[in-house]
Amino acid sequence: MFAVSVITFVLVGLSPIDPVQANVGQNALLGMSDAKRAQLAAHWGVDVPIWERYASWLGAVLAGDWGTSLRFNAPVAQVVVVRAGNSLVLMATAWVLSGVLGFALGVAAGMRRGTLLDRAVRCYCYVLASTPTFWVGLLALMVFSVGLGWFPLGFSAPIGVPAAEVTVFQSLHCMVLPALTLSLLGVANIALHTREKTVDVLESNYVRFARARGASDRQLLWGHVLRNVALPALTLQFASISEIFGGSVLVEQVFSYPGLGQAAVTAGLGGDAPLLVAIALVSAALVFGGNLVANVLYGVIDPRIRAGRAGDGRG
Amino acid sequence: MDELISNTVGETAATDAVASAHAHAAGAAPAAAAPAHGPHADAQEHHHHTHAAHSVHPGHHHLLTCEGLSVSFRMYDDAAPFFRARQRDVQVIHDLSISVHQGEIVAVVGASGSGKTLVADAVLGLSDPNATVEGTIWFDGDLQDAAGLAALRGHGISLVPQSVDHLDPLMKVGRQVEGWAADAADAQRRARRRCELFARYGLDEEVAGLYPHQLSGGMARRVLLCCALMDEPRLIVADEPTPGMDLELAVRAMDDLRAFADGGGGVMLITHDIELALRVADRVAVFKDGTVVEETAVSSFADPSLLRHPFSRELWHALPEHGLRVGGEESC
Repeated sequence: MFAVSVITFVLVGLSPIDPVQANVGQNALLGMSDAKRAQLAAHWGVDVPIWERYASWLGAVLAGDWGTSLRFNAPVAQVVVVRAGNSLVLMATAWVLSGVLGFALGVAAGMRRGTLLDRAVRCYCYVLASTPTFWVGLLALMVFSVGLGWFPLGFSAPIGVPAAEVTVFQSLHCMVLPALTLSLLGVANIALHTREKTVDVLESNYVRFARARGASDRQLLWGHVLRNVALPALTLQFASISEIFGGSVLVEQVFSYPGLGQAAVTAGLGGDAPLLVAIALVSAALVFGGNLVANVLYGVIDPRIRAGRAGDGRG
Repeated sequence: MDELISNTVGETAATDAVASAHAHAAGAAPAAAAPAHGPHADAQEHHHHTHAAHSVHPGHHHLLTCEGLSVSFRMYDDAAPFFRARQRDVQVIHDLSISVHQGEIVAVVGASGSGKTLVADAVLGLSDPNATVEGTIWFDGDLQDAAGLAALRGHGISLVPQSVDHLDPLMKVGRQVEGWAADAADAQRRARRRCELFARYGLDEEVAGLYPHQLSGGMARRVLLCCALMDEPRLIVADEPTPGMDLELAVRAMDDLRAFADGGGGVMLITHDIELALRVADRVAVFKDGTVVEETAVSSFADPSLLRHPFSRELWHALPEHGLRVGGEESC
């Protein structure tokens, strides 16, 4: 966490973007007097060395003050919470959708290896895996929003409706396209990995033995395959949080969806160090949390790890 | 047992050279006929083999008979350049014949990696999708096809695998031994049977709650045997059940198979260990270059002149007590 904050801070400090110019605007800057410019520079501490800036930021954060976002002119904590709320709903939907769909498709393709179903799933996955997310997003917008008019063009709420009157259904409606786009990418990845793992399990000695004992395909699926594929699938699922997060930056940009990813782009382009660092920290925490959960779940599912933890090293 | 042996002896008395050569059941269509026997002498060759004292065939047929078995794999030509490689069939097993009688252990002895396991796969009907299996297999006098062999898996023919990695690492041992139950009553019956088997083989009830990685070598061996015995098989195919075991364990594993055979079952023991085979088996099928070159009683190995095939004699010479003379072939 500390390292993430240092690196982000240094990167923002080194970036060629002049915070004064970026935040005041080209025209306003040109029309400003030199004195006014110097005053602004002093206000934002342009000349203060980066280490001093970092030290004062760190002190404030430890005291609970995340600073003020230059771009949103609001407390960073507030911006992050609002944006993260939007993003988390979007990402969680995409994450669950891609996980469940990907796992089901992967197992189905693996169990029916070499059949038409397997080929269709693989073909679908390769096409999707090699397609850029933003392009899928644009395509979805063209087809479903512009062409068919089923979904709004962007944003997390209908345009022209006061925030207080936005219904849950309306916000869900707005989320469908971005969430679908985001999950498509994950589905391909997870389905391909799950398929490989399923094939591995089916070729394993214990499945061969189970077959030799007369187990049917269905018994194999419920008894051995799901159990043994679930473990790597879970790791993959939790490791894919970072991918979903990365994808959400692009997707939110394409769909003008006011989430964390879009805020990160704004903050980065605007030299908004406090906001960018805060977002970097939040995302690092999310990814870290995901991997931690995966590790804990391992222990619950895999008896080999559970036994190792309990210090029972028999066999 | 005595009664069974005397039965064989009784047949000997009625031996008739013509009938013993290859007497198929009269009147039945040749292709579907079980390779039934007329009477023949113990040491007399018939169906490519000679008998041992334990070998009996009630109803004049074997428990298991494979004739003209061949296994080939469809694969890409290794020698050709990658993009021009054509598929071709590689025959790994050809014209293999082997029989297992009730009450006997037949050891299939051959070098490691020579394809012996493919014989087990063929008998279990578990060959890879790119494999083609040809030939005829009879089980207990009935001609089998792929569906028949599939139906026999776990219901007549059981496999004793090589090692504990044939158990699902994520499932408790007890449940795996019990296997699949059709309904609640069947599940109870299986649980009882599992308890009996565990008691018979000296496994504590708590072993049932362990995971495979927690088993010791000896426990794993007994658990795997219990898996096979769970389904009350008539034929056990034991695929290299002893490597990785110390001598004491291996001997006990063999004793268990012996006990099963003495109880009227048949055992096909696949091994690369000729000494072990000679110690426990009743008959030995010498496996070389994808086929059984000689199927003979263990007693034939007492004297090389009783062995017909040069490779069998080489095996005999390679035995430690015969001076370890290895003639260019891998000793087994």
